[in-house]
Amino acid sequence: MAKNTYLPAPDHGAKTGVLAYLLTTAAVLLLMMVAGLLMRLEQAQMISIGANGFYQLMTVHGAGMVGIAGIAGAAIMWHFLNQYAALSVRVLVGNLALFVIGVAMVLGSVFVGNFHGAWTFLFPLPGNSLGLWSREAAAWFMGGMLVIGTGFLLLQLDIARAIIAGYGGFARALGWPQLFGRDDGQAPPPTVVASTMVTIVNLIALVVGASILAMMLVNLYHPEFAIDPLLAKAMIYFFGHVFINATIYMAVIAVYEILPRYTRRPWKSNKVFLASWTCSTLMVMFIFPHHLLMDFGFPKWMLVMGHVIGYLNTVPILAVTGYGALMIVFRSGIRWDMGSRLLFLSMFGWAAGAMPAFIDGTIRVNYVMHNTLWVPGHFHTYLLLGLVSMVFGFMYYLGKPARQARDPFIDRAAFWAYLVGSLGFVLAFLYAGKESVARRYAEHLPQWVPYDRVASYFAVLIIAATLVFVARFIGHLAHAGGHHTRATVPFGAVVA
Amino acid sequence: MLQQIVWALSLALMMFVGFGWAYALLKSGRREEDYTPLQKRAYRIRTRLFWLLVALFGTPMVLTLIDLPYDAVRPAIGAGSVQEIRATGYMWRWELSADRIEARRPVEFRVTSGDVNHGFGIYDPDMKIVAQVQAMPGITNTLRHTFDREGVYKIMCLEYCGLAHHNMVAEFTVGTRS
Repeated sequence: MAKNTYLPAPDHGAKTGVLAYLLTTAAVLLLMMVAGLLMRLEQAQMISIGANGFYQLMTVHGAGMVGIAGIAGAAIMWHFLNQYAALSVRVLVGNLALFVIGVAMVLGSVFVGNFHGAWTFLFPLPGNSLGLWSREAAAWFMGGMLVIGTGFLLLQLDIARAIIAGYGGFARALGWPQLFGRDDGQAPPPTVVASTMVTIVNLIALVVGASILAMMLVNLYHPEFAIDPLLAKAMIYFFGHVFINATIYMAVIAVYEILPRYTRRPWKSNKVFLASWTCSTLMVMFIFPHHLLMDFGFPKWMLVMGHVIGYLNTVPILAVTGYGALMIVFRSGIRWDMGSRLLFLSMFGWAAGAMPAFIDGTIRVNYVMHNTLWVPGHFHTYLLLGLVSMVFGFMYYLGKPARQARDPFIDRAAFWAYLVGSLGFVLAFLYAGKESVARRYAEHLPQWVPYDRVASYFAVLIIAATLVFVARFIGHLAHAGGHHTRATVPFGAVVA
Repeated sequence: MLQQIVWALSLALMMFVGFGWAYALLKSGRREEDYTPLQKRAYRIRTRLFWLLVALFGTPMVLTLIDLPYDAVRPAIGAGSVQEIRATGYMWRWELSADRIEARRPVEFRVTSGDVNHGFGIYDPDMKIVAQVQAMPGITNTLRHTFDREGVYKIMCLEYCGLAHHNMVAEFTVGTRS
């Protein structure tokens, strides 16, 4: 049996590579938030950038946010996993370098080549623009995505190597001996279990993503190399779904590692925890047909599988990870600061966002809500309130100058502004989805505009709060690399 | 209307989650030093929560599988013979083989695309989606629907297809037999 005693873990400062990831995250996240705001303002008819400009921003916003979510998640995973397995700093830095090169290619394709085929690059749109962008612009976009994907693939391969070397294989690192045999309390820590799950699913997803990108690049120059659009779509959504979900599974490691420091309670890998991560490994990979529920030509059994797994997938999120966060905080005497607040909020965001998500994965619901604003409504809930809160919680944790340091008033105000702004923003999306407002429209019907205006005001609030978070992280950068006690333990508790 | 139910249900579930978080937050102040009894109690509650989730989510998961919109499994709905309409999407227009449909008689839309992916979304006279299917080159998807309400319906593109995606609109009228 796993023991309940909390063993104080040292607070390691972040390596320069991790800090570079986080600074990149802060910069790109802010820029992409501004791109998102401009899109909502355009739909709200409060600015006029035109359809071309809107779809350029939409393409950059989608690709940029997915990519930066990966960078942010990887920073958290690498930082903590490096304390259990020997990872390569060179590969870490190499991935960031490839990311920057890939981003430059994508930006060039969009803002110089006028590519605006969306981040989902659904075949055959990139090669069929009716003359609005060139073949080369499409190739630069897909090439850029391929470069970014290759960087992540190398990073995951290095993580796979380190896990196998340290734990003797993926099965052991997922805790299968303890899950299927006697729980001797020696299961790998949550960070290792989560990193293993992420590595398994991401390696497969990145290879599938790279394959379809390579196929489409060949098709671009040799159209006789025919591609089945339905197969292409399935491959793109398999890659896209797994990759973006993996970012949350990476970032949640911050919660597993940091909340125990605040509460001085252990977050152990017991049988239920191990079972839930093994189930999530499978479910994250097999849920992807829920993106194709309106493709009636897709095998029906796979569509039904997507529907069913959509429901099952909520159980580990709610009953294991979400509930685990409540358990560890309940009567813990935790003192709330920016780090602990944001991490606790992040678990709410993930759990709450799963609700409209699984409902949309119901085939009959999808029939009237697919590709409405309901879809960005649910994924912004678990990305904005979930993933981004995890990332900023991690930044505040790292940057905390001393154990008992107090947060300035402006930071506390920014937290509430972020919470209110995010809730208002996502509810405006969800309500508009209920009203059948189509997603990815540069221009909205007059009756849809009020929702866009409400969303725009809340988006401003989010950006204002994010500016405070980012400024504080940059201001505390010097502390982020130091090995000093960060988490605020309860009053009166003995600190080791 | 389904959208209304979905909205209310989602809000209720999100609030339920929110109450859980608020409760833990409110009870986080006073520390209980021995975690073991608290943990045992929490695990018992979690077992109940698990079965509650199974009942709460499992029932609609199964029941909503009974009537699927897919051609092969959907029973014939409405009275009379099936009206067939061929619909093809192009950047950025719809081509329909007919623009008048008889109310309360089943319709089969045979939907495809002449270039890139499109989404064939049918909006009722109140601009609410009543049905949709993807329009994909090389594949013909059959969408079966029976319109009970008369009026002018719009078809709007629900899959991003380039610059004038938002302007890719067509209309048809549902009425009585002329």
